[in-house]
Amino acid sequence: MKEELSNVDFLDIINIVRLQYGYDFTGYAQASIKRRLLRFMGHMRLTSVFELKHRLVNDQDFFARLVQYITVNVTEMFRDPLFYKTLREQVLPKLAAYPNIKIWHAGCSTGEEVFSMAILLHEAGLLSRTKIYATDLNPSNLDKAMTGILALDNMKDFTQNYIQSGGLADFSNYYTARYDNVLIKKELRQQIVFFQHNLVTDKVFNEFQLICCRNVFIYFNRDLQNTVLQLFYDSLSPRGYLGMGIKETMRFADIHTRFEVVHAQHKIYRRKE
Amino acid sequence: MNNRFDAIAIGGSAGSLAVLTDILDSLPHQLRPPVVIVLHRLRNVQSEMGRLLSTKRKIVEPEDKEPVKEHCIYLAPQNYHLLIETERTFMLDYSELVNYSRPSIDMTFSSIADVYGERALGILLSGANKDGAEGLCQIIAAGGTGLVQDPRTAAFEAMPQSALEMCAAVKPLSIEDIKKFIIGET
Repeated sequence: MKEELSNVDFLDIINIVRLQYGYDFTGYAQASIKRRLLRFMGHMRLTSVFELKHRLVNDQDFFARLVQYITVNVTEMFRDPLFYKTLREQVLPKLAAYPNIKIWHAGCSTGEEVFSMAILLHEAGLLSRTKIYATDLNPSNLDKAMTGILALDNMKDFTQNYIQSGGLADFSNYYTARYDNVLIKKELRQQIVFFQHNLVTDKVFNEFQLICCRNVFIYFNRDLQNTVLQLFYDSLSPRGYLGMGIKETMRFADIHTRFEVVHAQHKIYRRKE
Repeated sequence: MNNRFDAIAIGGSAGSLAVLTDILDSLPHQLRPPVVIVLHRLRNVQSEMGRLLSTKRKIVEPEDKEPVKEHCIYLAPQNYHLLIETERTFMLDYSELVNYSRPSIDMTFSSIADVYGERALGILLSGANKDGAEGLCQIIAAGGTGLVQDPRTAAFEAMPQSALEMCAAVKPLSIEDIKKFIIGET
């Protein structure tokens, strides 16, 4: 029925990954990652934790598959449409005051929310003077994001989300459909740069007026949440904005006092001074 | 009250709203264990489900890392799986759909089985797919107790029926008996 993964084995696996490959999952919330490790073992038909460790140590491709499997790569365009509506109405007008706008999408997965942001900026007339830095720890997510290709199946849901976010244009103008896929228009993608960045092990690389990091914190434990919030604080310009997932909260992190709440329900915060 | 449980998990889908409201309204205010509800819901439509479910009791959609508190009733938020960590805090998870569902009842039940073991009570109500059956069996395998709404009384029998077929120790009860069971055994 259900296998168990002891705490000792779990920490062994995390240590192998950290020491051999440089990915640090130590501060990840265990309820989810243990579950995904067990599922990965089932998926790869591994019969023991020993076999998992053995292959991890000896096979780099195996590690790449493990990362792909245990990290969550689920995303959608205009996820939580009301979050985007608030961005449109309350944040973008403030960003418009900057001659050049820099935005960081941290943990961007396969790019759907980044394309959503580009559409918002385009509609606000800000895209041409914005640079969006979109990062993820998983290189295969970034490879996919860079193609700008999405599955046609999802576009119906995404169109609904777009409309709920306050979008007034014909959503199909933003992509070209062919067979089972769509290609997000190049004009929307040319201000985006996708590259690898690991929130746990990498540092500040620029200064931003807006950081979006949505549904990434839920996979971190409280200590790691605090550390990464500090990284965001240091990466924001004074009075810069931070957008989180709708069920994420910074109230359990010590550093929350250095942010003010812009929209409590849609989880938009602002760096103080 | 016998004080056998530290957590009560309730899952439901199609046809479960009315019976769930009935159960919630009957819960005594002094009920100690936290109640965690997982319902299949639309994903990106704003919803007031918490308020619809009960006019008598306050129902909270937990945020990530919120501690699981006694005397509280929780509802899994839309478009997230709801898990519980060993230190008894909630964790939200935005991973793949499970049984076409997010939140998935299996995910929450399985996590409750891990954390609460024999101190967990799982209850599966009416529904049109099999989500929750495996999780309920995991609660039982971990030493906990699993009940289902008697499929003969359920608007959609597939969900409780799947649990009964998957695991012999699942007990089918009428809604009245489920209410009595909760009050008597907690």
